[in-house]
Amino acid sequence: MKGRHLLSIKDLSKEDIIHILDTAEGFRDVLKRDIKKVPTLRGKTVVNLFFEPSTRTRTSFELAAKRLSTDVINFSVPTSSVVKGESLIDTAKTIQALGADFVVVRHASSGVPHLLSEQMDASIVNAGDGINEHPTQALLDAFTIREKKGGFQGLRVAIVGDILHSRVAKSNIPCLRKVGAEVRLIGPPTLVPEGFAGEGIHLFYSMEEGLRDVDVVMMLRIQLERQDRGFFPTVDEYFRLWGLTEERMSLARPDAIVMHPGPMNRGVEIDSAVADSERAVILDQVTNGIAVRMAVLYLLGGVKS
Amino acid sequence: MEKELLDKRDIDRALSRMAHEIAERNRSLEDICLIGIQRGGVHLARRLARKIKDYEGAEVPCGSLDISLYRDDINLRKEQPVVRKTEIDFDINNKTVVLVDDVLFTGRSIRAAMDALMDMGRPAKIQLAILIDRGHRELPIRADYVGKNIPTSLSEKIEVQLSEEGHPDRVVLLKEGK
Repeated sequence: MKGRHLLSIKDLSKEDIIHILDTAEGFRDVLKRDIKKVPTLRGKTVVNLFFEPSTRTRTSFELAAKRLSTDVINFSVPTSSVVKGESLIDTAKTIQALGADFVVVRHASSGVPHLLSEQMDASIVNAGDGINEHPTQALLDAFTIREKKGGFQGLRVAIVGDILHSRVAKSNIPCLRKVGAEVRLIGPPTLVPEGFAGEGIHLFYSMEEGLRDVDVVMMLRIQLERQDRGFFPTVDEYFRLWGLTEERMSLARPDAIVMHPGPMNRGVEIDSAVADSERAVILDQVTNGIAVRMAVLYLLGGVKS
Repeated sequence: MEKELLDKRDIDRALSRMAHEIAERNRSLEDICLIGIQRGGVHLARRLARKIKDYEGAEVPCGSLDISLYRDDINLRKEQPVVRKTEIDFDINNKTVVLVDDVLFTGRSIRAAMDALMDMGRPAKIQLAILIDRGHRELPIRADYVGKNIPTSLSEKIEVQLSEEGHPDRVVLLKEGK
């Protein structure tokens, strides 16, 4: 990888993405052994800097860092306090002084990882910034798709739900396009604005049309607080129109897989019968996430400033 | 400057002798396995396994080992080494593992390989088979089976080219300022 940080999928070339996925294969093998730890980054320090509550992503990064023999510090900042620009930079400087080699950052505001990358010597890994990006999620999704489908060329991937506010979608769309898959975005027009359409990116406002013959269905988590803001009428209606049911899944290719970044709202965006079906690879995503994050830390660790 | 040190026949003869030596040293071939270090060592391990089968009729398990995660120069390199496959689909506990590599130089790769093996089990013994020993050890490591000793200077490079990688089999010495 060329850059010292992982801030956005947009900074990666197709070759970079494939290199990360190939490297992650090696780490997945490590995770299958009795001793699931390698000494590769011994002596390095990883700081998980989370301004937003997150158990899954933070735990995944923590485990990835520990499996590489780094020391990990979880630096959680209370979410209630509004973080002003100045105090954010103070936090960065404090962490710098602690001697961090990697800072994994999640923040409710878009662009915070980019700001930190200008202020710190450490390698910054974006673990989700506002409604901007969540690059390691896209990489672990790509890894899981390649594992299940063997490749990307000619694949049709549907991303369903709140595209507008989803950093998962915003990282997945460029990632999937770069590796050669076709992307369909499905959801209510309020959450799938026309501006998202592009080469190889098609918009659908009906599940019945959008899911036809797709190879992968990627569900997004509906943030229930958005209901108050008028993006969709009620949770029941959302499920009726955009929920993934077995009936709707039957429109996809017979071997299509179902993905979800978690945590799921059962009965809102996805029916339990689908979430627990053989087609669901949701738990594989969790396992693969560790291997992919190990690969990212490993590769960034090799880039000299 | 490039100088050919071994050709296809030389390599084959050396490997044949090494296969015989491995069989001679390890009377009960049931307990041994061959593990090649990525990448050159993997091809050589497979060739040795085939030869042992031809001579002794014994099927010796053969695996591959990637050592990039165990290297001691991670902080010194410009770019991280590419992580390749480790495929050891047999139990190495209480086995005699014959590590196979193409060139023995500083000994640091072998140190890394031994650490990696120890994370996968507890072999009864580890032996080392090397096609070319070029000297300049930096660690107290020596090979049990050597194809050829070739004293070199530090500015020289040894390249083992194998048909599995799409070259004709040969070993060449590269001198600086070629």
